[in-house]
Amino acid sequence: MPFVYNFPFFSIFICMISGIVTPLLKNGRWAYRLSLFASGAGLVLSSILLGTIGPSGQSYSFMMGHFPAPWGNELSVGPLEAVLAVAICLVMLMALLGGRKDIFDDILPEKQKLYFIMMNEILAALLALTYTNDIFTAYVFIEISTIAACAIVMAKDQSATLVATMRYLIMSLLGSGLVLIGIVLLYCITGHLLFPNLQQRVLELVATGQYTMPLTVVVGLIVLGLGIKSAMFPFHLWLPPAHGSATTASSSVLSGLVVKGYIILMIRLFYKVFTIEVIRELRITNMIFLFGLAGMIVGSVGAIKEGHIKRMLAYSSVAQLGYVFMGIGLGTDIGVMAACFQILVHASTKPMLFGCASALSASRHHNKQLHALRGAAYENKLAGVGFTVGALSMIGIPLFAGFAAKVFFASATMAQPVKMWMTLLTLALSTVLNALYYIPAVTVLWSRPVDGETGEKQPKDPAFAVSTVVFIAAVFFLGICYQPVVELIQTGLSLL
Amino acid sequence: MEHLLINHYETAAVILFGIGFLNLLLQNNLVKKVIGFGVMDSAVYLFLASQGYIEGRMAPILVGEVAHAADYINPIPAGLVLTGIVVSVSVTAFSLALIQRLYQKYQTVNFDEIVQLARQKGDE
Repeated sequence: MPFVYNFPFFSIFICMISGIVTPLLKNGRWAYRLSLFASGAGLVLSSILLGTIGPSGQSYSFMMGHFPAPWGNELSVGPLEAVLAVAICLVMLMALLGGRKDIFDDILPEKQKLYFIMMNEILAALLALTYTNDIFTAYVFIEISTIAACAIVMAKDQSATLVATMRYLIMSLLGSGLVLIGIVLLYCITGHLLFPNLQQRVLELVATGQYTMPLTVVVGLIVLGLGIKSAMFPFHLWLPPAHGSATTASSSVLSGLVVKGYIILMIRLFYKVFTIEVIRELRITNMIFLFGLAGMIVGSVGAIKEGHIKRMLAYSSVAQLGYVFMGIGLGTDIGVMAACFQILVHASTKPMLFGCASALSASRHHNKQLHALRGAAYENKLAGVGFTVGALSMIGIPLFAGFAAKVFFASATMAQPVKMWMTLLTLALSTVLNALYYIPAVTVLWSRPVDGETGEKQPKDPAFAVSTVVFIAAVFFLGICYQPVVELIQTGLSLL
Repeated sequence: MEHLLINHYETAAVILFGIGFLNLLLQNNLVKKVIGFGVMDSAVYLFLASQGYIEGRMAPILVGEVAHAADYINPIPAGLVLTGIVVSVSVTAFSLALIQRLYQKYQTVNFDEIVQLARQKGDE
């Protein structure tokens, strides 16, 4: 076995160990450096792994502790997992850099260390959800990321964040309860926990027509549970307060990564356990498709009505997650490919928008109401440019990442006449709605302030500059040179 | 109907799961919500434990010589229950800590009242 094959395990392990070591460090600054190191190390390891297995399209299962299946625990690695892991580590690193100032301003000094434990554990959980080949391990990491995600929301100890955390926690627990009972029922009808064995048994059950009803219920429970946790349409109401009130780095990580972790797991379960054909036959995809379409519209309408810039961005996340669910709901390889691409697009755009919005409001005494930010872009030009690039990408202007994603969604629907016109219509409507709130926001930021409203000049923040430049580069990369990324995703999906 | 009676452990577990789930969803009192969560998770453990138990077999603990594998009950569900208990203990601890924090701020554990008070303060 080549040494590179150990890297997925190493990247998860480094993050977990960093989380455990963090409380022993002297203060928050050191904990911050250790978190940077953990996500940086994860990025380097995942990039080397991607460079090794990506071009040749290899995939393999990694035995944990040398116990063979069906007894041992496994990781499964392929090009898709490697691409997602690179994106996760990169976004985590950049979110930490971009949110540095706010972390140390918003959180009490004695609590700062604890905050970075949560960040490390979230990264470990996300990587584990991306790589794991065992359904119960997946459940454990779902719960780890739930607790850690709630903790990073409440880290900014204000009444608004506490109430938002409570709401988030309740919804998350309902979701993980449903996932848990779904997994238990699945274990009862199949007798296995590892994905390959499960898939074999599920296909046997489908072929013999046994347990069709329980199987439908299991898929329904797992989709519903993961859907609640990733803010699928009717269950999205917890997201705007939680993402809108947390500190910058938390908002970035939550919208950019945590909600995606559950969707990635859902996609992997659909391919590696139930197979997409069975899911299509059970008609679960149609439900996901409709919820996705509804989410695209409802999220945008919510954002139009919102005057608080971070909550507006959070509502926009609901809409963007709607796109992902719509892609999965198409129930075809190309639809899921578009959904994976949209995951990358949103992960590189939304954290930048959150970072820039916070940087812009810093010169206005952290007032995040949109009308208070008139002309703020002139006081922090880089943040203004970053916000504009992000907004244009979310609307879907050509050359920006969002445009490429929309083109993929549109072309993915061509084979299905009924879904085609629904998708195209909703895509068009949602683009108009996106423009209706992003364009006014950008206009306000760049209009000359009415006199007497200028804020104080903020000191330069090189960490924020690096993170914004990297995110802008990522948005243009995904918008212009998307071909290699798409090819990797396609090979990865075919190997799942 | 017969199936429900034969699998009475599973039936009870699913009913308990429903009770816990609805309590977690609908209760206004935050502490009762946490209790609902406890009931929900315990129901899942009951379900798992009843799946693993096979009438007339031994606990999978080695005493002296190794008997045949068919003499033991299935140990995997017990392992899953243990993992699940660890998870639910930590989630419960976290929720209770959060509730305590909310109580210190608002002097109540009724979630509707808390939301209203937060809105009145206008610090959302």
